[in-house]
Formats: sequence, C-alpha cells, structure tokens
Amino acid sequence: MTDSILEARDLVKYYPVTRGVVFKKTVGHVQAVDGVSFDLRKGETLGIVGESGCGKSTLAKVLMHLEKPTSGGVTFNGQDIYKLGATGLRRLRRNIQLVMQDPYTSLNPRMTVGDLVGEPFEIHTEVAPKASRRQKVQELLEVVGLNPEHINRYPHQFSGGQRQRIGIARALALRPEIIVCDEPVSALDVSIQAQVMNLLEKLQDEFGLSYIFIAHDLSVVRHLADRVAVMYLGKIVEIGTEDEIYERPTHPYTQALLSAVPVPDPNSRRNKAIIRLTGDVPSPTNPPSGCRFRTRCWKAQDVCARDVPLLEVRSGSDHPSACHFAEKREIVVSHEAGELTELPTRTL
Amino acid sequence: MSNVYVADQPEAAREGRPSGRLLEVEDLRVEFRTRDGVAKVINGVTYHVDAGETLAVLGESGSGKSVTAQTIMGILDTPPGFVTGGEVRFHGKDMLKMSGEERRRIRGEGIAMVFQDALSALNPVFTVGFQIAEQFRIRRGMSRRDAKKRAVEMLDQVKIPNAQQRLNEYPHQFSGGMRQRVMIAMSLALDPEVLIADEPTTALDVTVQAQIMDLLADLQRERHMGLILITHDLGVVADVADRIAVMYAGRIVEEGDVHELYAKPAHPYTLGLLESIPRIDEKGQQLRTIRGLPPSLLNIPSGCPFHPRCPMAQPICPEKVPPLLQLGPTRASACHFAEELVQRD
Repeated sequence: MTDSILEARDLVKYYPVTRGVVFKKTVGHVQAVDGVSFDLRKGETLGIVGESGCGKSTLAKVLMHLEKPTSGGVTFNGQDIYKLGATGLRRLRRNIQLVMQDPYTSLNPRMTVGDLVGEPFEIHTEVAPKASRRQKVQELLEVVGLNPEHINRYPHQFSGGQRQRIGIARALALRPEIIVCDEPVSALDVSIQAQVMNLLEKLQDEFGLSYIFIAHDLSVVRHLADRVAVMYLGKIVEIGTEDEIYERPTHPYTQALLSAVPVPDPNSRRNKAIIRLTGDVPSPTNPPSGCRFRTRCWKAQDVCARDVPLLEVRSGSDHPSACHFAEKREIVVSHEAGELTELPTRTL
Repeated sequence: MSNVYVADQPEAAREGRPSGRLLEVEDLRVEFRTRDGVAKVINGVTYHVDAGETLAVLGESGSGKSVTAQTIMGILDTPPGFVTGGEVRFHGKDMLKMSGEERRRIRGEGIAMVFQDALSALNPVFTVGFQIAEQFRIRRGMSRRDAKKRAVEMLDQVKIPNAQQRLNEYPHQFSGGMRQRVMIAMSLALDPEVLIADEPTTALDVTVQAQIMDLLADLQRERHMGLILITHDLGVVADVADRIAVMYAGRIVEEGDVHELYAKPAHPYTLGLLESIPRIDEKGQQLRTIRGLPPSLLNIPSGCPFHPRCPMAQPICPEKVPPLLQLGPTRASACHFAEELVQRD
C-alpha cells in the first residue's frame, strides 16, 4: 500500500517472568503482544479496542519505540524504526507523539504550562528558535482551546479536561504526523469527554494527523475511528472499517463485546438479548492453544484448539477476521442470544 | 432460560415487612469545611426508593452523588463533612437523629453498600471467606463453622465458581469482576432491604460489567430490594433503572421515569448530557457539547447553578434558584423553563 505511513509487521512483545532474587531464572513469558500486523494510512484514525490486559498499551509502547519488540518490525515512511541510529530516532520522535490517559499524573506538577508545552522545543531546538518559543507555546494553547494568558499557571490550577488539552498541545508542539492516543478521554467526565473528542477531530482536519486511538470504550472509538482493530489476548482478532466492525462483525469476540455495551436508550431493553461471555480472560502467560478465544467461545470445536486461526478474509467475512467459523451476525440493531450463556438472557 | 438460581425465598420473608416508602432523603444538606472555605457539596437533595425499585442517581464527578450515599450509610468523614440540614428516613424514622448503636443495626441488615473499587474496599490481610463470615458471627451469633457454611452459600449466589475452595483465598487472588462479586456477596449477606451500589462497574471491562449488572438485577428482583445505583454512565442507567435522579452541583435537577426522561428531558443539563455521548448504535457527526466546566463547590453560581453553561439561560436564572417542581405524576425538574423544554419538539 503506497499511502500507508506506518506499517507494523508481526509485532511480538514478550515480557519474561522470573523467579528468584539472586539467581534469576526465567520461568515463562507474558505474551503481551503476539503477532500483530496492520497499516496506518495517512490522515486516518485507526481505533484499537480491547479489554484490559489485551495488550493495547504494550502495543502503543512498542510503536512509540519506548520498548523494543521481541520480534517483528515497524516501518515509518518505509524506514524500519528499530534500526535507526540516535539521530534518526530523534527525528522519528518528532513525528510520532503520544497523548496519555491520565492527565493528573502525566504532567509534572512543578512545571508551568509554558514549560510543559515548550519542553519539546528544548530537545528539538531546530523546530523553534529560542526567541519565538513563548509565542509558539501561546499559539499552541490557543489551538487546543486554552487561554494563552494562562501560560504561567501550574497543572493543578486546571481541570481534568483542560489538563488533557495541555497534554494534546504538548504532543502537537513538534508538528508530528502521527499521534498515538492511549485512552485519552477515559478519565474525563461525560460532558468534558465530548469537548476533547471534538478537539481531536478538529486537529486532525487542521494538521492532517494520523491517529492511533487506543480505548476500551467502544462507543468512543466508533465515533472517532475510520478503521478499527479488535484485540484479544495479544492478537488482533478482527480488523476492518468502522462500518464493517460495528455493523457486520464476524468474530464471536467482537460480537460479544459489542452486545455487552449498554445503549443509552431505555427502549432498546426489550429487543435486546445479550451474548454473555462466561468466565474471565485467560492469563497471557499461558494462553490457550489454537484460538485464544476458544475457552469462552460458544462456537468452539476441536479445530479451534488445534489450529491458530489466521487473520484473513474468509467466506463468511468480507474483512479480515481470525475465526475458523467467522460469519456475519446482526448484533447492534437487533440483539440475538448466544447458545452457551451461563447468565440468563434478561427479558424486561 | 431457566435454572439459574434455585429461587427460594431469602431468609427474611418479605411479607412481614411494612410496605410504603422504604428510604427517603429529604432536603439533605451537607457541607465540607476545608482550609479554602466551605464547600457546599449537597444543597437540598430529596429522593426516595421503594422496595423492588431501581433508582439511578446520575451525575458527573463532584455532583454530590456519592456524598449523599455516604450520608445515608452514616460513613461520611466528619470532619470535614457536616450534615447541616435535612432528614434521611428509613421506614419513616430519621436516621440522622438515631444513636450510633441504632444506626449500626440498620447498616448491613437495613441498608448495605457496594463500593466502586472492590480491591481497596476489601481487607487484604483476611481471606474472603473470613470477611463474609464475620458478619454472620457477629451479627447473627453463628458459630465459625455455620458462618463459613453461609459464606459459601453467599459466594454461590453471586456465581463464583468453586466457592468452597475460593473461600480461603485473599482478595488479591481474585480478578476484578470476581472481586466485585465478593463485594456484592458481602453486602447482601445480612439480606438488606436497600442496596446502594456506588459505581459498581466503573472499573470493569464491558463484558464483565454486563455480567455484574445482570447479577445485581437478578438478585434485586429475587429479594425485592430497593436499589440505588450511583453512576455516570447513561448507557448502564438506560439498561436497568426504573427512575432516574440527575444531580448537578449538589442538587437534583431532574427526576423521572427512565423512559420519559430519555425521550424528553425536562432540564437543559440532562438534554446536554444525552446529546454529548457518543453512541455505539450510531456513527454520529460532531458531538454536541456542554460548554464550560462544572462549577467549583466552593463558589457555586447564584440562582440556578447550571446557568453559566446553559444555552437557554434567561435573566431570571442567575437571580432565582429554580425549585424542583413536579411536572407530572412521575416527573420533576428544577428549571424555570421546564414546561417549555418538554413541550418543544
């Protein structure tokens, strides 16, 4: 694909589990990310959804080159980012920036807003000469909807939503091409969440940014993303356009996930029969053989324990889905009951 | 689907209990005296819950929804928190005037609470079984062995697999969802008439959230409990609530039947909230937002506390506090222009 700006190929990140204090022995691996591939196109938003522990944040760290992958590679504009030297890496950092989840802990409480947003210029001195920095910072504050006169205030003088705007201003400072957003709105109140989401959309149009938008809130991702990847236990189980994933999901996990999201409409209660997953996500240290979802799947057969299903387009699916038995199922509009449900289907 | 619970009557037969208003909060006022000044956290909150009914208390952080619950339970931190007015009546008796001993008797058996963060609400140095059984030993005077047996039953009721075995495990050995089940088992142990659930699923993943909400709804129906569900999630509310009370800056701004309220909000704040959430069943365009920020409780705007953010604000709004007025049999709104808002299409 010519227009893709970032390509991840077979990314694997294992963390060793050790035992013993002096003589450390590796007793296993947490398979946080296991064989993830995708392309990010210019100007698009790729949403990555999944429950806690599925490897979304590890993926973000690996993409940011904050962690080296165990194997696999990422290319940015055709260059392998893990083979870059010090100068190359510096240039890369300008182009990929991160917005973090918690606006309360990600800002240094001893620095003023001006210092926080201007800090990138200290490291990348070539972007803005010293004399113009203050003005640049004020411009950035204005862009994200903060009062430029508040440049000398400290983070504690701002609310959560405003702090998240500071985080966004800081990520924008070096005019990056990609911003990785790791749960950027999940710590915010409903009325503030909408403001920040609108800001992210506005900035994308204005600066032609590409976003990797990581979140556990499926409604938020649907609103912002052009394409969506669903992760489960370190693997992408389904990837497609927003429409394909939300209207025509073919992987059982995606279907269960979507049906579990409460719809803010009391009238939807009646026609809603929910697929209830039983049990918990298995440990990533010792994931199930074959398909990792099979222990909670109502479609599981012998083949699921034997063969790892590849993420590919299948007869029952018009987009890549990693299920041997991928097939379409109406989920969002009229909910349908799953066969193997431990909990009863609620009829109200 | 059947065969979910052996639906036997819980120990206290419901028939013996008096009918009518179970729990009523009336004109409750709470303030926090801090170094920076007096924060008026609750400014006249009135709501009630009846047996078998689910009341959702909806609000953003700082709206006073959790403090109201803490006051009902009698676990408000004093100082800095002080109740400055109002009543909390349980079966018609004002709990705020009761002695500590009387209140203690209601806690657990009359009203129980499930907290948001089960990991910090459970004691990390005792086994889960011990913590549940403790109530049976102290409150019911059971022997250790009997209490343990009842604890296993409780874990079974909240559908924790291998209850017998897991009884001897510590809270950290449970996953988030299982821990919340333990919390629920513990709060239901003494068969309370009212359960207050303070953001019970906020820390959980969606699939687990759905499991827990189902469990709560089932247990409530079985035991005919009054349930106060405190949350900020409009989706969860739409799924389970019978009635909703929307809170803003320590006041109830709107109250009503869940269907009516979602179909026709009678307060601009409720309307704003409903319009500002992204929805899973629709790919929307730009989200509508509520401008500005929630007010500081140290300095609540005059008149209607929502007026600086309200798109409908008129000169009267900063002048006069709109009272919570009944709009119909099941609706009340604290907006000067509630009628117009409801009639508008």
